[in-house]
Amino acid sequence: MAKRVFSVAFAAAVLSGCATTANNPKDPFEGFNRAMFSVNEGLDVVIKPVAQGYDSVMPSPIKAGIGNFFGNVYDVWTMLNNFLQGKPSEGFSDFGRIALNTTFGIAGLFDVASELGLEKHAEDFGQTLGKWGVGDGPYFYWPIIGPRTTRDSFGWVVDTSADPVWYVDDVAVRNTLVGVRYIDLRASLLPTDKVVEQAAFDKYNYIRDAYLQNRRSEINDGKAIPEGRDDADCKQNRCY
Amino acid sequence: MKSLFSLLLGVFVLCAPAFAQEDSPDALIKKVTDDVLTIVRQDKDIQSGNTKKAIALVEAKVLPHFNFVHMTALAVGRDWREATPEQKKQLAEEFKTLLVRTYSNALTGYKDQTIRYKPTKMQNGDSDVLVRTEIVQSGSKPIALDYSVEKLPDGWKVYDVVVAGVSLVSNYRDTFAQEIRANKIDGLIKMLATKNKQNEASKT
Repeated sequence: MAKRVFSVAFAAAVLSGCATTANNPKDPFEGFNRAMFSVNEGLDVVIKPVAQGYDSVMPSPIKAGIGNFFGNVYDVWTMLNNFLQGKPSEGFSDFGRIALNTTFGIAGLFDVASELGLEKHAEDFGQTLGKWGVGDGPYFYWPIIGPRTTRDSFGWVVDTSADPVWYVDDVAVRNTLVGVRYIDLRASLLPTDKVVEQAAFDKYNYIRDAYLQNRRSEINDGKAIPEGRDDADCKQNRCY
Repeated sequence: MKSLFSLLLGVFVLCAPAFAQEDSPDALIKKVTDDVLTIVRQDKDIQSGNTKKAIALVEAKVLPHFNFVHMTALAVGRDWREATPEQKKQLAEEFKTLLVRTYSNALTGYKDQTIRYKPTKMQNGDSDVLVRTEIVQSGSKPIALDYSVEKLPDGWKVYDVVVAGVSLVSNYRDTFAQEIRANKIDGLIKMLATKNKQNEASKT
């Protein structure tokens, strides 16, 4: 189902992109993206209150348990991607996390591995492709999924096909899992809403630029330098 | 001869600066962060979203250690050179207000995270240093929080804050450049001032 949404949306993007004048070289499909952004903002009118309800009603330990459970399942994918990126020590560390959290952490509900110094990583196939040298490609904003570069959109398809939740047979259980996971994610982003609201002149631009910077940093595992450092000639409080 | 040499060496070692002093950038960041978080941890108002109170805290504890002129110049980019001294002053004032509010809003999201300080790579004579910290929260991967700090006559000052790879300053470059192209530097000043007034008028 997700794949069908993706291919329809992708086709629409390509078609509308032909009709858009490229103002921003980073964002040649800006017209399409802004339209999709509005769709998401519309959806959020319904989703945000649900996430807020979840956030205030759920006791913290249960929210933490839910987050940890899904995090543990995702750690398997992170581990695979770390190995694919040629980072065996991170991969083995992830393996250790999964082993510890699944057993001592009771099916992943408790993140005991972090307490023991095995830090949580977050890798996806888009980052793996990036590590292998695949460039960003044009920026896209998809409904529900949110911002993705072209490469990361393909990465998302691979991530989703590897996502175990889609292989759960019971439709009701599967939908509940997907729903809870999504609401849990939205709830974790609630504190950033106000920050973005008051910091951004144009929410769409702010999110795009932040997303692109963050991805550059993630692919380089934190080693990227912010752009424009050489532009302003600034030394010792004197900027020319 | 040998004893004279070791005596001189001993004197030299005693006179070498100790890195644990507050005039090192990482010690400064640690002290300010600890001070601010101690206050936030005890302040229920800030934790429940009172931005005005968070702003007061930031203005008192954090502001003196930031170089807003440099931050503004970075965000404005090449066009900074074209601005008059009066325009530069106004730009820096408005941008400072905006950044203080952003930082304060982020503080109100504080729950129970801890900060881990990573070792700082710096040589004795360095005047531009990257101080790396991490926000550790249960259930998620740590969030990188890096400070670019420069040595000025009145001490070390922060000129960029990078959260999870996103520079709070660089994120405005495209927006500012676009506004200057459309409405010149005065247009940018007006855009910043209008935004600040809108934020000020909001409920918290």
